[in-house]
Amino acid sequence: MSESASVLRGGASGPRHGVRILVIWAVATAIVLPLVIWVVGPHIPPGSMSQQTKDQHQVDVVLTALAVPIVLMIWVYFAYAITVFRQEGTAIVDGPPITGHGRIQATWLIATSALVIGLAIFGTADLLTTGGAGGGEGPNPAAKPADWRSALQVQVIGQQWLWTFRYPSYGGVETTTLELPVNREIEFHVTSLDVVHDFWAIELGVKADAVQGADNIAFDKPLRTGTFQVRCDELCGLWHGHMNTTGDVVDASTFTSWITNEERKNAALTKQLPPYARVYYPTPTRNAT
Amino acid sequence: MRALAVAATLSVLVGLVVVYFIFFLESGPAPISSSRESNGTAHLTLQTVASYGHHPFPDWVSYMAKDPAGKWEHTTIFKVPAHTLITVTVYQYDGASGLRNSFLSGVSGTTGDVEVINGKPQHGIDPNNAAHTFTIPDIDVNVPLPGVNPNAKNQCSVAPCTLAEAHNTITFSFRSPGAGTYRWQCFVPCGAGTLFGNGGPMQTIGYMSGLVEVS
Repeated sequence: MSESASVLRGGASGPRHGVRILVIWAVATAIVLPLVIWVVGPHIPPGSMSQQTKDQHQVDVVLTALAVPIVLMIWVYFAYAITVFRQEGTAIVDGPPITGHGRIQATWLIATSALVIGLAIFGTADLLTTGGAGGGEGPNPAAKPADWRSALQVQVIGQQWLWTFRYPSYGGVETTTLELPVNREIEFHVTSLDVVHDFWAIELGVKADAVQGADNIAFDKPLRTGTFQVRCDELCGLWHGHMNTTGDVVDASTFTSWITNEERKNAALTKQLPPYARVYYPTPTRNAT
Repeated sequence: MRALAVAATLSVLVGLVVVYFIFFLESGPAPISSSRESNGTAHLTLQTVASYGHHPFPDWVSYMAKDPAGKWEHTTIFKVPAHTLITVTVYQYDGASGLRNSFLSGVSGTTGDVEVINGKPQHGIDPNNAAHTFTIPDIDVNVPLPGVNPNAKNQCSVAPCTLAEAHNTITFSFRSPGAGTYRWQCFVPCGAGTLFGNGGPMQTIGYMSGLVEVS
């Protein structure tokens, strides 16, 4: 048996430090874990405005809860070591030599491998069962929500430094306002007219890169009405910090009324727009050169 | 003694760096105030030029603004009163290079969603004929500015341009919002020779974008 393992076991007649540490850790975990899940958990972002944010919130709570025993083990061990193994007096004396301990190493490797592989399976399953969890999936999404065929398509266009939105099922009308109906699947098609931007609808849990020549699809289903923030999350130049706006989730009749009004108001302007397409290559690609 | 000398040298160097950053953060064009009209409105007079013509970037496209005394200044920071009708006159001297997003060829946020181009009220222009825009995204003000005829003989090449040179006159008005600072910019990618036409003057306050300080 190595000397360090012997110290943790308390040697022949000393206290059993390993058992003490495990007991303190178990008690601390039993106290802190419920607090994290039921007291802190409800306040962990991003909230519950859409199906995707509900899923993301659930994942965040699970990951935080899983981290609690790991963090506590580290904190308890350090606190115990600092308190109990502190060297008294001024004499500098070598501690016991550190040597390998096969069972501890094997336990550590198996536990951490199981944790990482388990989280990978958990994350992949979650991505596939939530229609991509609100993330951009490229032009051919691998994960689609069950009701994706009836989704409302909304194109998100980024340019330096403005977001605009086109509604292909309403004549391709383009607006600077993002309005969405509640309880309906939304299929965002995110693209850019110039450099790389990133469409981040915070309270909806949607985040997708906007890249020129790429149609980045993300799904989302708003569950309640209200206002959400939209920001660019990719450093894109002078006014990147100002490339934000707000959107609204409204009931179906309000949405119909709003989009009808937008179609009427912008009828002349819509004729000036290029036909709706998944991507655009404005000509010339590099203007003013 | 040696430690003291090192500490003193380091202090001086840190001080110089701090001074440099303060100078860098504080440097920029001076703001210009709108002129007050007798009817309670305010007025801004601007011009857009194809090339500024002066140090440090003589070939950059730029906006300029007229101060209340009637002198043209190289600035894009404008001070206007809050909740007031602001009338803007833009003398546009540049040629068209076209909008990247045709949606911005429509006028919005102005009185009646109208701009008056050379005396003629319009709700928008041909997106390919846009030379610049004056856009304040946060209050949804967007005014496209048509380019001058490329065949005109008296093209302006150095700012400030005069009314004797080829230009379009655009007027519009909008109601200023509450106190705050709002960015404005041109949405025609007119930074010649830069990536997507959006570099250089498009990324530098004092040329094709700036701030509207409402107080």
